Amino acid sequence: MAARRRLPFWADYLLLPFLNLSLAFLVSGLVVLLLGENPIAAVKLLLYGAFGFGEAVGYTLFYATNFIFTGLAVALAFHAGLFNIGGEGQAALGGLGVALAALWFGHLHPLLAIPLAVVGAALLGGIWGFIPGWLQARRGSHTVITTIMLNFVAASIMTYLLVNVIIKPGQSAPETVTFAENVWLPQLHGLLQPLGIAIGRSPLNLAFPIALLCALLVWIYVWKLRLGYELRVVGRSEPAALYAGISPATHIVLVMTIAGALAGMMALNEVLGAQHRLVLGFTGGYGFVGIAVALMGRNHPLGVVLAALLFGALYQGGAELAFDMPRINRDMIVVIQGLVILFAGALEHMFRPTLEALFVRTRPVPV
Amino acid sequence: MNDLFLQVLLLADSTLRLATPLVLAALAGLFSERSGVVNIALEGKMLGGAFAAAAAAQLTGSAFAGLFAAIGFAVFLALVHGFASITNRGDQVVSGMALNIMVAGLGPTLADAWFGQAGRIPVTAEGARFRPLTLPFAEEIREVPVIGPIYAELLSGHNILVYLALLAVPLVAWVLYRSRFGLRLRAVGESPEAVDTAGISVAWMRYRALIVAGVLTGIAGAYLSVAQNASFLRDMTAGKGYLALAALIFGKWRPLPALLACLLFAFADAVQARLQGVEVPLVGTIPTEAIQAIPYLLTILLLAGFVGRAVAPKAIGQPYVKER
Amino acid sequence: MGAEAAAAGVDETPAVELRGICKSFGPVQANREVDLAVAAGTIHGIVGENGAGKSTLMNILYGFYQPDAGRILVDGRPRRIRSPLDAIRAGIGMVHQHFMLVEPFTVLENLLLGAEGGFTLEAGIARARREIEAIERDYGLEVDLDAVVRDLPVGVQQRVEILKALFRGAHILVLDEPTGVLTPQEADHLFRILENLREQGRTVVLITHKLREIMAVTDHVSVMRGGRMVAHRRTSETSTEELAELMVGRKVLLRVEKGPARPGEPVLEVAGLEVRDDFDVPRVRDVSFTVRAGEILGIAGVAGNGQSELLEALAGIRRPSRGRILLRGRPVEDAARARARRLGHVPEDRLRMGLVRSFTAWENAILGYQRLAGYLRGGFLRRRRMIAGCVDWMERYDVRPRDPFLHAADFSGGNQQKLVLARELEHDPDLLLVGQPTRGVDIGAIEFIHRRLVAMRDAGKAILLVSVELEEVMSLADRILVMFDGRIMGEMAAEEAEERRLGLLMAGVTAEAG
Repeated sequence: MAARRRLPFWADYLLLPFLNLSLAFLVSGLVVLLLGENPIAAVKLLLYGAFGFGEAVGYTLFYATNFIFTGLAVALAFHAGLFNIGGEGQAALGGLGVALAALWFGHLHPLLAIPLAVVGAALLGGIWGFIPGWLQARRGSHTVITTIMLNFVAASIMTYLLVNVIIKPGQSAPETVTFAENVWLPQLHGLLQPLGIAIGRSPLNLAFPIALLCALLVWIYVWKLRLGYELRVVGRSEPAALYAGISPATHIVLVMTIAGALAGMMALNEVLGAQHRLVLGFTGGYGFVGIAVALMGRNHPLGVVLAALLFGALYQGGAELAFDMPRINRDMIVVIQGLVILFAGALEHMFRPTLEALFVRTRPVPV
Repeated sequence: MNDLFLQVLLLADSTLRLATPLVLAALAGLFSERSGVVNIALEGKMLGGAFAAAAAAQLTGSAFAGLFAAIGFAVFLALVHGFASITNRGDQVVSGMALNIMVAGLGPTLADAWFGQAGRIPVTAEGARFRPLTLPFAEEIREVPVIGPIYAELLSGHNILVYLALLAVPLVAWVLYRSRFGLRLRAVGESPEAVDTAGISVAWMRYRALIVAGVLTGIAGAYLSVAQNASFLRDMTAGKGYLALAALIFGKWRPLPALLACLLFAFADAVQARLQGVEVPLVGTIPTEAIQAIPYLLTILLLAGFVGRAVAPKAIGQPYVKER
Repeated sequence: MGAEAAAAGVDETPAVELRGICKSFGPVQANREVDLAVAAGTIHGIVGENGAGKSTLMNILYGFYQPDAGRILVDGRPRRIRSPLDAIRAGIGMVHQHFMLVEPFTVLENLLLGAEGGFTLEAGIARARREIEAIERDYGLEVDLDAVVRDLPVGVQQRVEILKALFRGAHILVLDEPTGVLTPQEADHLFRILENLREQGRTVVLITHKLREIMAVTDHVSVMRGGRMVAHRRTSETSTEELAELMVGRKVLLRVEKGPARPGEPVLEVAGLEVRDDFDVPRVRDVSFTVRAGEILGIAGVAGNGQSELLEALAGIRRPSRGRILLRGRPVEDAARARARRLGHVPEDRLRMGLVRSFTAWENAILGYQRLAGYLRGGFLRRRRMIAGCVDWMERYDVRPRDPFLHAADFSGGNQQKLVLARELEHDPDLLLVGQPTRGVDIGAIEFIHRRLVAMRDAGKAILLVSVELEEVMSLADRILVMFDGRIMGEMAAEEAEERRLGLLMAGVTAEAG
């Protein structure tokens, strides 16, 4: 058997995702037609709503921040061959960590209080990732099922605590008191104003650069460190890992803990950067969107950032769209997410044979 | 004494009602997972069924039209699942997640556009709901001690889908262990290559399993929106699909144990609803969230091998590719 | 009757005739214009090296793959075989190299699968019991129909496969490398069954790369090389030497040239070793031996008699449940530390263990050595140094194509094995564990690998060689141990080893008892 050449890099990482994405949007367009609206007009409104003015861009980036965190949480676990569907629960627990830190240490100096809140988010999210990691590594329980189950357990814990324990006294809505301002993550429009840069008012905050930093660190971890090399061996072949003296269990526990911590840090953006209090259900499905983001970004941190921007734009643009087109509501964005996961994830190989055949024909390989 | 008996009966009665969609969905999962396709999409297919049932029943005024619409839509979703994971050999979990998310958005979107109600479809049309059936002689023998109330309160007075779900269990067990389809189904989840070399199409077997699963999840969905309740609501499955999956695992992918697991989980749910705010002697108020979390915790413990051991069909999760 | 049939010396309608079969997988041409005629009521052997296209051809006959061109005739009639079902209907049965059985099913359920005879199983079960008992009697294929397949020994599982084909009415039976998992004695039993089938008028096609089997049992033999059919012979009119030459296309040295060993210090000492598998079943029992510097110790045995578990334990991958393993006098703790103490390991299954298929060649070239100080700078990989090293080894071990960025899965078997060998030899081990070094490797690479191993030995390294190819062990090793059911059945010097005695030991028969 002679060597077989695969698709060139650009076709694999750009053309293929582009084709898949186009198909997802095409089907979304059909749904819009089904709703009785004009898809072209909808796209225009969506794009304007996402990028048309300063605040819009701010909101787009704000949502993207959530998706970078949850997307990285899924993508990183993928490299160990694990499917982390637990982003939702990990993010919820991360929110609890943020809230506890903010309630206990909110009176301290921001330079002390904010890092403590970051640690709180990463710690509790990390614990919620550690559990399925440990169960997978030591007891062989599949993470797909355990992370789903833990999402529900997390929801129960959060409901119990927010209804009975850390609820703001004297009210019925399940949320905590507003945190001390010391621990709020500074919003970027406020930070940039003194420098003479005016961006619109939006909840975009310091969590955004933190998310970008996390993406960079994940990239270094997976592709530059020995740890990442070993992690990828574990993800692709457990027998090969054992052969190479790598402990799959150690790496699985480590990577799930880090993934949980990343998902947990999503709470920085929502809880510490925007709402400034813990509200039940603040995760709003962002943990699940992380799956779409990771698949779309082909589990590469740069891809995750780009896909997160796309989804941020969809969220923000979709909100504006729902406002302007009465027959479309915000759930339409959820439909598009589902279609993107379907076409970019489950059907990612649909065009591959055709493309490969095309490339073989145009560039014959010496046998 | 009599009062306690009645309480127990009522508890059993609501267990049965709550178990119905779980049983149907768990059996659906059984077909698909025994064939080698992980069915994380039970949730979405059920929700899709609930949506289609409510929409069709409300428009036509016929509960059966709703039921068939639910089956039709759930089977359509099953075919999409199959196209992605069987024909195109995509990841079964990813495609399942995609369906769940897509349907979660599609239902409210269409409900909004077509019925003008924010994310819900009320089922108000005459005849659009499955009504409780009174079994023969239920009233007559009500006064007979013990048997009377059991018959009249517990067994009688459910809608047809509840009985259908209960009948489905022995039927599925028979099909699985005594029929040609069942033999091939069990084989294709363990060793698809053996099935292929025996001259049976692996893809078609798996498609058929998914279609059966679609029918069952469709019925489960219809039960939610036009039998148990009278409307379609956003996220009205509320994790029942995942719970059914847990029950299936708990039942080790076998029909009768899966039924028992569904009853156990439904019982926990029924108890939880009754204990809301009730002071239990010696214990105090039990947080209902703790009871709600029990099925999930039990499943995790089972999967971890702390209580028994669940071994999945061997070929589960893997797209079938001829070697080379 | 075609010209091909005449060429093969057949003078009546062949049971199977293939004409001009072509099949490509992407740019690889697995079959080119292949013609074959198999006379009815004969045993017909097909020989060829790994990758010669034998299995592809038979999988086309069985409907597993569709040919790009060519025709299939069964009993003189053209047939379109688009699926295994078509093949079964045409009376063709196949016993695959890897058994196609549902392990948790009973034998009966396996036989019924695809031949249930109705919507319910009841009627089919009764019919099957009757018919199968008749078949069992006729061919001497005793199997307990109610036994669960998982619990049966491989030899019996193979009989289930043959029964399955006969139950489905096969009068043409194709067997793909059927003896790979059998002892020589079990293989002889199989051959008696095949002769039985021939006497009853059935046709048998036997695919193998072992010439001994061809000579022992077939009537005709066809030779494949590089996807083409290169010769047809009557078995009685050919010889092992001629067939070997036809297979390879040139004269082959069946023996490795090597001088006498000069054993030195003990490098590996194993005493009272017991190793259990994942199901806690002891697979290696009370094994003791020593490997010295400058010698090759060979372990012969049928696959599945504990060799894999032994290798894994020696390499530190699997923890022994009893006994000790000393490498240069100190116990082996785990795989990482064993490597650091100069243990090299060419694993039995390179694609499962020795390589990561979707990693590039350079990433694979450091697998297992990723902790070496030379490859790291403060936890970061020194990528450029690794690539340069890989390019150098590809040159010296003639790995083709010389592309360090190609994925491991895209190299041929022989080149993959050379890459693994380069990695393990170039890290200069004191002890080298080698499992099945030439499995799925073409003859050119086999010679290269054998010469390298002998050169290692002559450089004073200790080598432990595990192989199921008796010929390979006999020609490479200086001393030979035979393993059966987890135990060492006997030891002999290579000069004294003879195939019959080794075969008996491999079957668990000790000299005294036999």
